[in-house]
Amino acid sequence: MAVPLSYYLILSGFVFLTGVVGVLIRRNIIIILLSVELMLNATNINFVAFSEYFHNVAGQVFVFFALTVAAAEVAVGLAIIIALHRTNSSIYIDDLNLLKR
Amino acid sequence: MDHIFFFYFAAVIATTSVLVVALRNPVYSALALLIMFFHVAGLYVTLHAEFLAAVQIVVYAGAILVLYLFVVMLLSIKSEERYHNQLPVAGLLGVMLCTEVILLLIQSRTASSAPAIPADPAVGPGNTEMIGEALYSTYLFPFEVASLILLVAMIGAIILAKKDINERVQQ
Repeated sequence: MAVPLSYYLILSGFVFLTGVVGVLIRRNIIIILLSVELMLNATNINFVAFSEYFHNVAGQVFVFFALTVAAAEVAVGLAIIIALHRTNSSIYIDDLNLLKR
Repeated sequence: MDHIFFFYFAAVIATTSVLVVALRNPVYSALALLIMFFHVAGLYVTLHAEFLAAVQIVVYAGAILVLYLFVVMLLSIKSEERYHNQLPVAGLLGVMLCTEVILLLIQSRTASSAPAIPADPAVGPGNTEMIGEALYSTYLFPFEVASLILLVAMIGAIILAKKDINERVQQ
């Protein structure tokens, strides 16, 4: 393999941290869920890079499972967003402070 | 040649992931994420994971992102005019952690760029075949649990998104 493993790790670390910062700085719940997708993709890049590096197919199988969990998370998360929008008519996290009041 | 492909895909993935977080219009964010998914699929092809590249495009770009776009259009969200109040703290934290990760990985490059385990010289089965064999033998139980997770997610989404389920039962 010509490209060293650490290049892939740097790329995936960068994408993961972008997702973390996105979760922290955005107010829109949909963008927060998109940032979670970024983090999941960063871990998937790691899994596939290690799978190629060690010639072990288990890493790719785990990407498959991560994909399943991502799909389930999106279905439930978007349903929650729609329910929130129906009751509060807002999807900005600043407006959802019922427990703080 | 490998390096050229890697740096192209890595540059586009890094740029679009920053755009997903930085753009104010949710539709533009989702489209930037779409471009990122396609380039991650390209990266998988260079890593000899062809099956996962196809699954990435079909499931992520085809299903998950279309669901996001449906919800964005359904709720007709205006673009957001400002970021969250904790932007300075979060930005500082992100920059610090990012520098840390990059420094650590560059320092340990000599260790991690040790020669990879050599591949079998004989031509093995294809990528999809190997994944299928591992999935249906070693990982059979996790596979069944994954189907259970999907079932629970499906029921949960239906119940959450359905309007006034109790009132209709009472009528």
